[in-house]
Amino acid sequence: MKLEGISKNFPGVKALQNVSLSVHKGEVHALMGENGAGKSTLMKIIAGLYRPDAGEIFIGNEKVHIHNAREAIKLGISMIHQELMIIPNMTVAENIFLGREPTIKGTSILNRRELNRSAYEIFKSIDIDINPKTLMKELSVAEAQLVEIAKAVSFNSDILIMDEPTSAITDREVEKLFKLIGELKKSGVAIIYISHKMDEIFKIADRITVLRDGQFVGSKKANELDRDMLISMMVGRQLCSIFPKFESSFGEIALEVKNLTKKKMFYDISFNVRKGEILGISGLMGAGRTELVETIFGLRKADSGEILINGSKKYIKNPNQAIKNGIALVPEDRKLSGLNLIASINDNITLPNLNRLSTLGVIKKGEERRCTEKQITSLHIKTTSRNQAVDSLSGGNQQKVVIGKWLLCDPDVLILDEPTRGVDVGAKAEIHSIISKLAVEGKAVIMISSEMTEIIGMSDRVIVLSEGKFTGEFIREEITQEKIMLCASGCIKGETSYE
Amino acid sequence: MNNTSSTQTIEVNDNKNGLKHIEQIKHILTKYGIFIVFLVMVLILSLLTDRFLTVNNLLNVVRQVSFNGILAIGMTFVVITGGIDLSVGSVLAVAGVVSASLVVNGEAHVPTFIAILVGLVVGMFCGWINGFLVTKGKLAPFIATMGMMTIARGASLVYTSGRPVTSLTKSFQKIGSGFIFGIPIPIYLLVLVAAIAFFILKYTKFGRHVYAVGGNETAARASGLNTNRIKILVYMISGVLAGLVGMVLSARVNSASPIWGVGYELDAIAAAVIGGTSLSGGVGNIPGTIVGALIIGIISNGLDILNVSSYYQQIIKGLIIIIAVLSDRKNKQ
Repeated sequence: MKLEGISKNFPGVKALQNVSLSVHKGEVHALMGENGAGKSTLMKIIAGLYRPDAGEIFIGNEKVHIHNAREAIKLGISMIHQELMIIPNMTVAENIFLGREPTIKGTSILNRRELNRSAYEIFKSIDIDINPKTLMKELSVAEAQLVEIAKAVSFNSDILIMDEPTSAITDREVEKLFKLIGELKKSGVAIIYISHKMDEIFKIADRITVLRDGQFVGSKKANELDRDMLISMMVGRQLCSIFPKFESSFGEIALEVKNLTKKKMFYDISFNVRKGEILGISGLMGAGRTELVETIFGLRKADSGEILINGSKKYIKNPNQAIKNGIALVPEDRKLSGLNLIASINDNITLPNLNRLSTLGVIKKGEERRCTEKQITSLHIKTTSRNQAVDSLSGGNQQKVVIGKWLLCDPDVLILDEPTRGVDVGAKAEIHSIISKLAVEGKAVIMISSEMTEIIGMSDRVIVLSEGKFTGEFIREEITQEKIMLCASGCIKGETSYE
Repeated sequence: MNNTSSTQTIEVNDNKNGLKHIEQIKHILTKYGIFIVFLVMVLILSLLTDRFLTVNNLLNVVRQVSFNGILAIGMTFVVITGGIDLSVGSVLAVAGVVSASLVVNGEAHVPTFIAILVGLVVGMFCGWINGFLVTKGKLAPFIATMGMMTIARGASLVYTSGRPVTSLTKSFQKIGSGFIFGIPIPIYLLVLVAAIAFFILKYTKFGRHVYAVGGNETAARASGLNTNRIKILVYMISGVLAGLVGMVLSARVNSASPIWGVGYELDAIAAAVIGGTSLSGGVGNIPGTIVGALIIGIISNGLDILNVSSYYQQIIKGLIIIIAVLSDRKNKQ
């Protein structure tokens, strides 16, 4: 497959300019670039979701025009989308076979048994444990992403596009995915792989193509490149350090959780975090981490247990009370619960802060503008104006808007749930440095992350959950990937030897 | 090498400037599309007939529009939160008959302002029930307000035994048929309500909350907003404005009928949607809604003047609504 001179404009943005790319059979071709570099746009053109303004696509030696997703599938192209495209009220199996459901022979009546059986077969062949009859909306983000992968694989395509397939899944599932990619490669499938994770890229890619600001930067064999070269190709500048962690001194306990239990989600969790400390929470998907912090923030109601802020017991029934008690939560899924995508940067950043920014219910526009602009400058949010709609920003900038929104509340305890998911290298380093600075300023930070390097690089202390239970706690000096993985998979610290 | 690249850069810049102008024009068209449609319609009608663009006719149109306009303003609040209020037509009838019954037979049983206050409270109460059903009852707004539509209609029929309440006091009639400086009072009411609504949506915390709930309710709740309270309030606003319209309408014709306002909810929704309010929530504004109501108003008025039969009028009205919204959507894509 070959792409030549592809260009695509969106109102006000040149998403792609004259980009060319060729992918060979049995090759894993990694596509790299910061968020907003045009990777996803390019892939959506191949998958028939967008039409290019200029340029040609060849499959084999034949020139093709791809008008919609259906035609792309017919041409043997399928895609794992970065944003999950699912119908929440349908079952897993129905989602996988959407538009090509098996029917009872000679009729158009749905053959439900065959449907579930085929889905089961697919899951079995790629070693994923999900019940095909579950409703999609009952799955976690990680499981939904696995379903997306299964769906793409089930088309038996010649060209498989994976747009950040590992952004939500855990290391163990990543291993399975890589095994699967290896097998697909052997059978001659061409894979285009988009990811921000360097380790993954060097592990599986044969060839790497880099885009920057919608333009083609270069295409090289993976073994001709190293990490630093790749990063400098992507950002066009040298990054000195990925995890700029500053030393910080700890103060008193800002938040303490005692025996917090929410049935079916987490049990008997106790921990504390001090001022100036970054507490990492690690664990596999479904370990109850998100539910735990949502409970602390008042989005869920605990069955039992206590929450103490600055030493005194608090009852937090809703987010408003959490905010008043100095807690802020940057949520796991910024599109679902972090942002009003159709509203402006300004309106998003000031939303939880309007009490402070208004007199008798009337917003003080001047002060609001100053606050928003301060956040845009201090967090380096790339935008033409504070009135730009958030959905036109790249993932990294969207995430900065969410962080800006919560920092404007000036919280004592900042909880970040997967703060750098789907965020490019440049923005990631910036976000890490912001988090680190906040700790130095004396804020208590709780950070959930599925990325091991992030947890190890950023945390002063780590607690690990496994299936809703507390399985271990490590201070910075004793953190290793192996120890965390052991606890995350259910071994309780102290009951096993690590050596 | 260096030379070539610098020439290229200049070309690119020129290109950019050209594009920028086109973008700006596009931006203006997108932003003010529906206003332009409105002006074009006014232009066409004034060219087709000399009876359209007269002070008397225009005052007449705006007075007619004021009823739908006020309802559409309430509807805009509800629709921005992602809801819909189908009950306004019936709520205006029940508020109208209740308030008129207090000033019936040319004799004031209570002071006029009390009668008006009672009408507003009746409307607000219906709105509160709508909001309660939508938030605490977790009913779809379509269902909750459709139920209210039927109940309020029935209630107004029961209250009046199906007969109109006529011969209202002079001072009550004034709110519908009076003039100040030669301009009908309903027009003042429309302007007043529109100005307050515009201010609330654009400059207050509550206004911002309304947009936030419609844009992403989950995110709004996670930002500490009491989303239920906001939703109940928008239905109360819609209800109170329906109550106001019910009384002004009754006062205008000196009769409150339990069957006033049938189908009015659709015109109110149409005005909001023509004005750019998105039925999926999070988007909408008052100037747009007013222009939407004016467009609907001048279609009927213009076609009346042109002697188009009322059967054809319905077809033309429907087509113009669809075309206006379609062209607006197309611009925005």
